[in-house]
Amino acid sequence: MGRYALQRLIGVIPLLFIVSVLVFLFIHLIPGDPARLIAGKEATLEEIQGIQHQLGLDLPLWKQYFNYMGDLLSGNLGQSIRSGLPVTDMLASRVMPTLWLTLLSMAWALVIGLFIGVVSAVYRNRWPDYVGTLVAISGMSIPGFWLGLVLIQVFSVQLGWVPTGGVDSWKSYIMPSLTLGAGIMSMLARYSRSSMLETMREDYIRTGRAKGLRETVVVGRHALRNSLIQVVTVAGLQFGFLLGGSVMVESVFSIPGIGRLLVDSILYRDYTVIQALLLIFATQFILINLIVDLLYGVLNPKIRYS
Amino acid sequence: MPDNSIGMGAGSGSSLPLEAAPARTAGRFKAFYRKFRKQRLAFAAACFIILLLLVAILGPFLTPYNPDTPNYDALMQGPSAHHWAGTDEYGRDIMSRLIDGTRLSLAVSLSAVFIAAVLGTILGLLSGYYGGWLDRLIMRGSDVLFSFPDLLLAIGIVAILGPGLSNVVIAVAVFGTPSFARIIRSVTLSVKETLFVEATRSMGAKDSRIIWRHIFPETVSSIIVNVSMRIGGAILAAASLSFLGMGAKTTEPDWGAMLSMGRDYLSIAPHIVYFPGLTIFLAVLAFNIFGDGLRDALDPKIKN
Repeated sequence: MGRYALQRLIGVIPLLFIVSVLVFLFIHLIPGDPARLIAGKEATLEEIQGIQHQLGLDLPLWKQYFNYMGDLLSGNLGQSIRSGLPVTDMLASRVMPTLWLTLLSMAWALVIGLFIGVVSAVYRNRWPDYVGTLVAISGMSIPGFWLGLVLIQVFSVQLGWVPTGGVDSWKSYIMPSLTLGAGIMSMLARYSRSSMLETMREDYIRTGRAKGLRETVVVGRHALRNSLIQVVTVAGLQFGFLLGGSVMVESVFSIPGIGRLLVDSILYRDYTVIQALLLIFATQFILINLIVDLLYGVLNPKIRYS
Repeated sequence: MPDNSIGMGAGSGSSLPLEAAPARTAGRFKAFYRKFRKQRLAFAAACFIILLLLVAILGPFLTPYNPDTPNYDALMQGPSAHHWAGTDEYGRDIMSRLIDGTRLSLAVSLSAVFIAAVLGTILGLLSGYYGGWLDRLIMRGSDVLFSFPDLLLAIGIVAILGPGLSNVVIAVAVFGTPSFARIIRSVTLSVKETLFVEATRSMGAKDSRIIWRHIFPETVSSIIVNVSMRIGGAILAAASLSFLGMGAKTTEPDWGAMLSMGRDYLSIAPHIVYFPGLTIFLAVLAFNIFGDGLRDALDPKIKN
């Protein structure tokens, strides 16, 4: 296990390197000259050259990458082209709303998803199973932005129970987290159903029943606990995907998080901010995958790494 | 997948007498149809998809009104006998725009999945057949793509290429490719070891012939299943990008773009948002259920 962990940790380094190169190249991959795009259509040649110099685009590519990495390692993500603010400052105020949103979404998705999955597995091929499957497959198919707008229309506009957007109180997070968690909930429901069904076939479950344990004990204490490990692992892996979904949900509910910042920066062509966000998202996914991989080994000793 | 009784069986291709092949295909299709027909929900979904395709093809003949003609006497009207789904902020008939938009929305997602299937299949075949550094390169590449959430990857690609529907197709195709590459690779790996491939090789067949005439047919059922499973996600992704203003222009009758426009009128005319959203939901639901059913009917690994 120790050796495996070390291998995985070392394996992350080239991946991070590739990501940093890709994100660095991002500004060069945009069709056309980025300096010209930033300067606008009516800019003079001097203005464009000024921006090129400011961004260091007139240096050789390897030198640009070197400078970029130097800045990065000293915690400097550059300045927003649009507002001139340091990107790190822009990010700092936007991390918390996104973090709250994703944590809340994951929490309810995990609880409800597990519940539906367990009920479906226990009542396999009977009506609770069919209802559970229908809920799960609907949750997977529903467009998040539409669900969000329908919730706003019903609960904010019609009933006035919760605010339409923003992050002024805890109430503001109810609808966004419901919207964001729906897809993950469905996935976890389906996954925990199949995981439970698999566990219920194990010998120790038969033993439990044979020695006269009540069905609730068999299901709750033995089957659920053993399939929980796998479900939690999958939930962890999905965390990154929640961050992806937050882009959409934050935009629907006007939440000032990093997802919304990404959409705004793309629409306003604020390339330095896009670049920083892509780097942050990518690094986050790599680290989450790493943590889940390592946790999986700790939680499930049957897995052997070679 | 060598013992697949429904998919393309081992040895299909040149080793069979020519006249036997169509009969076998027909028999297999019958067996598949019998199995698929039993899943009532999936069968209903298939019927709905056929209906959607017909609407996409016959669109212009079905629209009750011209989808692009504004009518300033009928702005933002709710559903009525004249306008089943109401009218939008320019007084255009929403039903007609939804019908007209079916073609655009399906074309975007189907072409994206088709491109992903072609690219992924080629990569998967090469990766599985040749192995070695090529395999490692392709698989590490798909690992990198896989580690990003679909939507975020698509947004990143659109950020580079710029907004527009053709770039949405590229973005959705890129994030679909690794799943095909992985699945086809694993099928290729198992087929590569079978006796009939070894026999063909010992007869001096070239690699390209072995891959295309003998291994590729074995992968077809996996490709079909994955295509059907991914279309729903592709429709969702394309609609999401259009909703964020990165896909279809707001003038185009795209489902996602219609919804995005209606957003500003949510409090006074919610039907402008409800109907396009419901259409996207039903289409995605149908493809997801259909994909599930197809997998159960085609995949020999899943037993009831």
